[in-house]
Amino acid sequence: MFFVLKIWRQSGPRTKGYFQRFEMEGISGDTSFLELLDILNNRLVSHGQETIAFDHDCREGICGACGLYINGRPHGPDEGITTCQLYMRRFRDGSTITVEPWRCGAFPVIKDLMVDRRAFDKILQAGGFISANTGCAPEAHTTLITKKVAEESMDASACIGCGACVATCKNRSAMLFVASRVSALSLLPQGKPEASRRARAMVARMDELGFGSCTNIGACQMECPKNITVAHIARLNRGFLYCKY
Amino acid sequence: MAAILDAKIPEGPLEQKWTHCKESLKTVSPANREKMHVIVVGTGLAGASAAAALGEQGYRVNVFCMSDSPRRAHSVSAQGGINAAKNYRNDNDSVERLFLDTLRGGDYRSREANVYRLAEVSNAIIDHCVALGVPFARDYGGYLDNRSFGGSLVSRTFYARGQTGQQLLLAAYSSLNRQVAAGRVTVHSREQMMDLVTDHGRARGIITRDMVTGRITAYPAHAVVLATGGYGNIYFLSTNAKNSNGSALVQCWKKGAFFANPGFVQIHPTCIPVHGQYQSKLTLMSESLRNHGRIWVPSREEDVKALREGKIRPSAIPEQDRDYYLERRYPSYGNLVPRDVASRAGKERCDAGLGVSRTGRAVFLDLSVAVAKHGKEFIENQYGNLFRMYEKITGDDPWKEPMQIYPAIHYTMGGLWVDYHLMTTVEGLFAIGEANFSDHGANRLGASALMQGLADGFFILPYTLPAYLADKTTEPCPDADSDVFMRARVAVQERIDRLMALKGSVPVDVVHRKLGNLMWDALGIERSAEGMAAMLPQLESMEEWFRKESGITGSQTTVNQELEKAIHLEDYFTLARLMHRDALHREESCGGHFRIESQTKEGETLRDDSRFQYVAAWEYKEEGEVPVLHREPLVFENIKVVERKYG
Repeated sequence: MFFVLKIWRQSGPRTKGYFQRFEMEGISGDTSFLELLDILNNRLVSHGQETIAFDHDCREGICGACGLYINGRPHGPDEGITTCQLYMRRFRDGSTITVEPWRCGAFPVIKDLMVDRRAFDKILQAGGFISANTGCAPEAHTTLITKKVAEESMDASACIGCGACVATCKNRSAMLFVASRVSALSLLPQGKPEASRRARAMVARMDELGFGSCTNIGACQMECPKNITVAHIARLNRGFLYCKY
Repeated sequence: MAAILDAKIPEGPLEQKWTHCKESLKTVSPANREKMHVIVVGTGLAGASAAAALGEQGYRVNVFCMSDSPRRAHSVSAQGGINAAKNYRNDNDSVERLFLDTLRGGDYRSREANVYRLAEVSNAIIDHCVALGVPFARDYGGYLDNRSFGGSLVSRTFYARGQTGQQLLLAAYSSLNRQVAAGRVTVHSREQMMDLVTDHGRARGIITRDMVTGRITAYPAHAVVLATGGYGNIYFLSTNAKNSNGSALVQCWKKGAFFANPGFVQIHPTCIPVHGQYQSKLTLMSESLRNHGRIWVPSREEDVKALREGKIRPSAIPEQDRDYYLERRYPSYGNLVPRDVASRAGKERCDAGLGVSRTGRAVFLDLSVAVAKHGKEFIENQYGNLFRMYEKITGDDPWKEPMQIYPAIHYTMGGLWVDYHLMTTVEGLFAIGEANFSDHGANRLGASALMQGLADGFFILPYTLPAYLADKTTEPCPDADSDVFMRARVAVQERIDRLMALKGSVPVDVVHRKLGNLMWDALGIERSAEGMAAMLPQLESMEEWFRKESGITGSQTTVNQELEKAIHLEDYFTLARLMHRDALHREESCGGHFRIESQTKEGETLRDDSRFQYVAAWEYKEEGEVPVLHREPLVFENIKVVERKYG
């Protein structure tokens, strides 16, 4: 297959970026999108040129490291996958593909397609945990949890922290990320004692870090590679409305 | 002559060793703990849990990870589950049984006392993870559910869909975050360990490289904990995450930490087969699929041919023409034999010309019987995400036709030698999780890696490390500007300058891929003296090729992923020679180490207990010199060492 790639190049957080054009020939449809970048980078090395920086690690859709804005959508045209799970057979032969980093003030560009997402860690450090010291836990079966609650918590806990929700949001809000963590912990009986403090602290930290507010657009839900729904945002808002939090 | 390795195994009956040990361990007064500095390298299950637990006790902890966030560590990819001896199924499970299964699964090449302790603390891990909010699978009564894994006849694996590793890592990471918020733990992300600093045989700290700015920094500490995982990526194609590497292990080895059983590598039977020239990694299909999946190949060569030509579909092959070879060869364990056994059996069928797919290197993993019996919804609930992952990668629909799988490099049982306290041969350097060698012998059972990582990090190291610190509370933290640190920084800088001077045109990946092929051929599923002898000259010429022809572009003061790869590859050459030496010296088969020369009539592993019932711990000598072998004899006081049979 043949592709034209327009890739965002930027040498540092405060430098001006630009699109660089590459032509890629003889690409098999079974090549993953990141493997396409590997091939391109090897070609650049052979020509003595600097490679394109991009984050990646597990390459099976679970670590959340990779995240590219491909043709105007986070993680590319398919739903329910990360960039590393995107394969070239998904694109039309001969097409032009535009590749950009996440664009969000709270995620400054480090280099090329790599951004700094430590703001997510900071939000979780504000309260995204259950305060249980090692060694203090009772027998696991002392608290029974219904299958329904465990499954709901698991749905929310599937978040991989990739940041696609923020990248696609016109407000650059991190509400889906925050709400999913709040739901995952606060739905469970173990997470209830701190539920109020947790939600307040995480939302306050999110605001401080420069993420926008949620205006119920729902783009985050469309682009989430783990299909996390805005129902968690609704649950979080309901908590605030009824003064639970 | 080499000193005898003292594993410091406590006296007394097996089931009381850990209790006695804990009672004898010294502790540090709460007021003194904040003066004690500990470095933890790596933030997977072992590293994150250790850092959190030490932070909870009040120590000053500096944590290092290569990624942008601790949550990306490769533990996140573990799918199937975590073992514990809870006996919630009432199927006669016990600490004793988990201990025996693990020891036997490792083909009697692990340390009895360590394995028993692992089984002993397994239940506390589940309790703690539930307390931390892990959404383990539950049944309708609200109780925790279990599934089965290979190498065991009981159902003891706890799971959270196909994302158990992710959920456990989130729990350990959230504990870590809580300590960061409390100000006791500092996380240094995108910062890579470049060297261990030692002085008078004691670990004093580490040197790191900031992967964004290239800055080289010295971090002193009273103790260093290595939790950097395994080195499976030496094979280039593996189920490991791309950034996982063996460099920290090699650095520590060169500074005096013995490397134990480096040749013990696990090859996982159920991975998506190699399909392309530029493929960057192999994806695992969880072992849990073997709960309901049946593995087979056609028994007639005509069918194999027709399949490859696309004339028939697998589902069209009638039952009597299928060879369910695991069920045939191992009737009592069937599809749930340990990983090494399943991998070899699959390779044997492919070597016999009965492999499927275009390449002939694949077998079927078939869930159609289970779908018919339990319904699509049940299977979707259990394995839905795995089915989707398979479809995305291969483009084939596993609901219609069976999946194709083949063995791939997955885990390294070898690692830094540690004593019962998890301390290496360098005083003050500890190794936990996959980075040490301790608990899995020559083969690890499924769902035991998560168990070991959390056991070491939450429940073992937080007792043994303080005991090491107990008599050092009056010692100040070493000075980062002292000579040893300055010298180490200079050496790291020189190394980086040397690598940056590589100005050839061959990308590092190309060399690494070739090294991987060489390793897979000589040190893969089967090893032979002949094959390994042929490997060495090729290894030499490949390293020369790397030093002469490879090229690194870009600069060392910004993000430079080519430089990172070159650092890892240079260390892999060192490691390749060590693995080769270890695998060659062990002239017996055991677990995943299958020497063609040492097999039974039935083609199973044939151990030689009289000659090789020991841990091979290798000591580094100067560059170019032969490493020295130290033997830690494995003494089994409580069990009878027998032939490992799964028939």
